[in-house]
Amino acid sequence: MNISSNRRTRDKIITCLTYAAMFVVLLLPFALFIGLAFKSELLFRDHSLGQLLFSSSWRPSAGEFGFKPFIVGSLYVTLLAMIISAPICLLSAIHITQYAPARVSKVVTTAIDILAGIPSVVYGVWGMMFVVPIVSRYAAPLFGVQTTGFSILSGGVVLSIMVVPFILNILIEIYRTIPKELTEAALSLGATRWEAVRSILNRKALPGILAAVGFGFARAFGETMAVLMVVGNAIRIPESLFDQGYPLPALIANSYSELASVPEVESALMFAALILFVVVLLFNATLRWFIIKTEKY
Amino acid sequence: MENQSIIKVDHLDLYAGKTHILKDINIEIPKNKLTVILGPSGCGKTTLLKCMNRLTDLTPDIKVTGNIFIGKQPVFGAKTDIVALRRKMGLLSQRPFPLPMNIYNNIAYGLKLRGKYSRTELNDLVEHYLRQVNLWEEVKDRLRSPAVRLSIGQQQRLCLARGLAVNPEIILADEPTSALDPVSSEAIEKQFAALAKDYTLVMVTHVLRQARRIADYVVFMYLGEVIEMRPAREFFEDPREEQTKKYLAGAFN
Ligand SMILES: Nc1ncnc2c1ncn2[C@@H]1O[C@H](COP(=O)(O)OP(=O)(O)O)[C@@H](O)[C@H]1O
Ligand SMILES: [Mg+2]
Repeated sequence: MNISSNRRTRDKIITCLTYAAMFVVLLLPFALFIGLAFKSELLFRDHSLGQLLFSSSWRPSAGEFGFKPFIVGSLYVTLLAMIISAPICLLSAIHITQYAPARVSKVVTTAIDILAGIPSVVYGVWGMMFVVPIVSRYAAPLFGVQTTGFSILSGGVVLSIMVVPFILNILIEIYRTIPKELTEAALSLGATRWEAVRSILNRKALPGILAAVGFGFARAFGETMAVLMVVGNAIRIPESLFDQGYPLPALIANSYSELASVPEVESALMFAALILFVVVLLFNATLRWFIIKTEKY
Repeated sequence: MENQSIIKVDHLDLYAGKTHILKDINIEIPKNKLTVILGPSGCGKTTLLKCMNRLTDLTPDIKVTGNIFIGKQPVFGAKTDIVALRRKMGLLSQRPFPLPMNIYNNIAYGLKLRGKYSRTELNDLVEHYLRQVNLWEEVKDRLRSPAVRLSIGQQQRLCLARGLAVNPEIILADEPTSALDPVSSEAIEKQFAALAKDYTLVMVTHVLRQARRIADYVVFMYLGEVIEMRPAREFFEDPREEQTKKYLAGAFN
């Protein structure tokens, strides 16, 4: 009697704890958003949202906060990274799950896990040592451009390498969970191996592919260290891949220690963080909509 | 055997890594008959079936020696046009796996791989094959809805129709009724009995009663070997081998 009531109490406590934990998790994004919005409010006393987002003039000392160069820089670097990494990830996930022998796919999976665990500053240093010089010495001259190599291109390349393990991991999982019988069905209907992958497996994987891209985008858009080390950090709207850029996360990281003592600047950096947050949120919400649309099979 | 054979398995051995899964299989499967492969779980029935249209290609660590001939064409061989050969063989798996498409396209997919059809021809063919498996009346108003929304029994009939649509000579089926409710199961079984007039059917089953009801021939396998292959009636009424007798008496279940 006593023991059983004891156990029942314990059961209740655990249940409460799991609810509490779930509640905290659900609350976190709201807390984050409210915190950032609250701190950004100061900036809005003198500036309209349009000014902040679409003006290119960034002179904190003069009270001018145009975020456009940073937003554009961020988008360029991230899109470039996704354009490079998404096809690579998709093709290698298909190869690893559909064609490679079990032994090979195990080795690759291990390698991916290792890559995913490397701190981003290591990618940054590597980018400075190899990617930046290659861009400066070989890539840019091909187009008749002179550059130090610190550029949107270098940022995009380093970033694309960084997000590969994350996207690839998800994609491999997605292709693995597609039952083999589906491939067998397609083959027995007279499809070639590639036709089966292209029109059957890829269709089945589509919602997952979108989710993986969303995840990769969020990682890439917020990645700070590695990008800021190779992208040049010049406040301007980049016009070519060889121009320098200044993504939002780099702005926050570089400015925080020196400028944050000025309340309006601090507020501006909070707003930068808010932009990051909202862009990732919107992008993922849009993808989620597509995922739901494509999930019917 | 009084009948002309269409599938000839010739000294087939199959290894997965170091495991010897199929051991020196030699059988001839007669044309336009229903041949059932019987045997306790894990004896290699599925593996043998998948060898026939070389789905073993999907498992890179499988090694095969010996060969299977469909008519005169070898299944295993560098020169084999495996895509064309597979098209001669419909496949029905243990559970239905509809293609990630709507009902209509599940049938049309194979047709489109097979050749060029106009829209009306395609419509007619889709209807024809859905009627052949008695699914047309149930789905004619929702041809554009995803195939996965059908019940499991309907899905299995759809998969059968999809296989028939590529006009195969042979239908390979791996325990096609084991995931179905009794009514759907009976529907598929009846289909099979009817199809045996025009097609060669090879069906794996573990339901002895089902085999008794519809089999023309029985292949009995045990631990990777074919123990005996005989006309169904002889097999059930006069089993020769010791393992067969035990199996029929229910000793392995
Ligand atoms: N890819 C594989 N690797 C290793 N063993 C396998 C593989 N495929 C099947 N087997 C083994 O081969 C045997 C026969 O399997 P299977 O043909 O599925 O039997 P059944 O269909 O008669 O139940 C089983 O013991 C199974 O574990
Ligand atoms: Mg089996």
